Amino acid sequence: MLKQIEGSRAVAEAVALCRPEVICAYPISPQTHIVEALGGIVAGGELAPCEFINVESEFAAMSVAIGASAAGARAYTATASQGLLYMAEALFNASGLGLPIVMTVANRAIGAPINIWNDHTDAMSQRDCGWIQLFAENNQEALDLHILAFRLAEELSLPVMVCMDGFILTHAYERVDVPSQQQVDAYLPRFNPRQILDPAEPVSIGAMVGPEAFMEVRYLAHAKQMQALELIARWAQEFRSTFGRDAGGLVRAYRTEDADTVVVALGSVIGTAKDTIDELRRGGAKIGLLGISCFRPWPLQAIAEALTNAGRVVVIEKSLGVGVGGIVSANVRTALSRRTVPVYGVIAGLGGRPITKASLARVFAQAMADELDLTTFLDLDRALVDKVLLKEKELRRSGPLPENVLRELHGVSTR
Amino acid sequence: MFQVRIHGRGGQGVVTAAELLSIAAFREGRFAQAFPSFGSERTGAPVVAFCRLDDKEIRVREPIMQPDALIIQDPTLLHQVDVFAGLSPGAFILINTTRTFAELGLDDFVQKFRTCTVPATELALKHVGRPVPNAALLGGFASLTQRISLDSVAAAIREKFSGKVAEGNVAAAAAAFSHAQAD
Repeated sequence: MLKQIEGSRAVAEAVALCRPEVICAYPISPQTHIVEALGGIVAGGELAPCEFINVESEFAAMSVAIGASAAGARAYTATASQGLLYMAEALFNASGLGLPIVMTVANRAIGAPINIWNDHTDAMSQRDCGWIQLFAENNQEALDLHILAFRLAEELSLPVMVCMDGFILTHAYERVDVPSQQQVDAYLPRFNPRQILDPAEPVSIGAMVGPEAFMEVRYLAHAKQMQALELIARWAQEFRSTFGRDAGGLVRAYRTEDADTVVVALGSVIGTAKDTIDELRRGGAKIGLLGISCFRPWPLQAIAEALTNAGRVVVIEKSLGVGVGGIVSANVRTALSRRTVPVYGVIAGLGGRPITKASLARVFAQAMADELDLTTFLDLDRALVDKVLLKEKELRRSGPLPENVLRELHGVSTR
Repeated sequence: MFQVRIHGRGGQGVVTAAELLSIAAFREGRFAQAFPSFGSERTGAPVVAFCRLDDKEIRVREPIMQPDALIIQDPTLLHQVDVFAGLSPGAFILINTTRTFAELGLDDFVQKFRTCTVPATELALKHVGRPVPNAALLGGFASLTQRISLDSVAAAIREKFSGKVAEGNVAAAAAAFSHAQAD
């Protein structure tokens, strides 16, 4: 059924259609509307049986999800930013124990300095915690990916994180097609756990494993994610035949057939980039885009194949590995390690800075002329940075960096 | 594509106005994208929300920097925020005020735009009982721009609200529509 609703509402409706039996909720912007809407759905009796548990922290949210999942319940939670960091230890437990929890991450920057706006630093900080990570391009895909995520998680017995851009998607009203309960039931079978805590047949989960077997356990976790690459591609096809539209998969190409320059991106910036590419194409530029739907496991082979004919690659990413550069760019380079192709990493949109078509067009043009550095910061205020650096040089007790930047920008002191 | 930027203050339903407009357009079979400017929301602080309308899927996610129409929910913002930024000649300007453009000191400035004023706060007080001008302004917007029908605005209001609140806002929108028609 077509609806004009908020992204958060769309995700809540999709999650409810998946019939979770336990939902753990702890509020943090910009995720809060999702669990609020789910709370309303549960309280209204539309989703039963389901236990909606208000927990006291994100650490508790993930811990309760772990307990629920281990007891054989389909479990869901959502978080963002510092909340994701606070549950970091439990994230490794969920994946290490092979528990098929589904979680939305409404992507948001990480402090300090505190910032509530969107970027991908939160999800990227947990990229190696053993969870599958899917990224949504728009709200239709955010909705669809949750249905796909439960299927994937339970088939593989692995937890799945569905990442959607905070505010940009979670708070945007746009058209979505919400599937029927019958369609979702047909796609998503009842949860049949690989392991279950049952008082009638007691087992222990989470034993200590020593040096004699730890490596093998970790290897199996890796092998399982590699195996997931095949299944993710297959289930995206199955999703298409059930629901009549594309969702998920590993990567998706846009106008790359004859492209010399291929832009690689993930999340909602793909939409703005596609519009920019259409405009550049009207001017004769041979440029296309490769959207990454699945970031973990890393679809190395699919990316290498999709970029076979690219003469250069521009990665637009909303995250920064401090001291390294782009995180996605570094991953893309691994897929091209047998070739000598320039991979330009463009860090963009940190802390909610708008990524405009004009800025993208400019940076794509620079890339096409091979005039970009290997790491670039889109729309960086270089003069502001230089002023702060100069002050630091002049004064030993120069004070905290964030406040110094604000002082130079606004001309006011926070003292 | 038709792009609308709405300026107001926290508590005036700025974000809701953008959402209502998107629902109204959706009900007419069009694509619409509404989103807020994602600030820390505080009562009385300047707030901006955006709405794009189109006949095809809307993919772009940048803020609206060159609007085709402006709705200004609070005229005290005129001296505080650059509400007219990025406006091209021929664009629509709708202001919630009991005053004229001349009284606002804008009569020269607005010559090259298509403009209208609506006493939306007063209409809201009369019909809703609270100073929430957002729905009334959408009635004025329907009249000024003819990009959406008053019926669709009313349907959107009834979809998002219910009971007396819905009917009061529908009445305020209709009154604003008539006021703008006569303007």
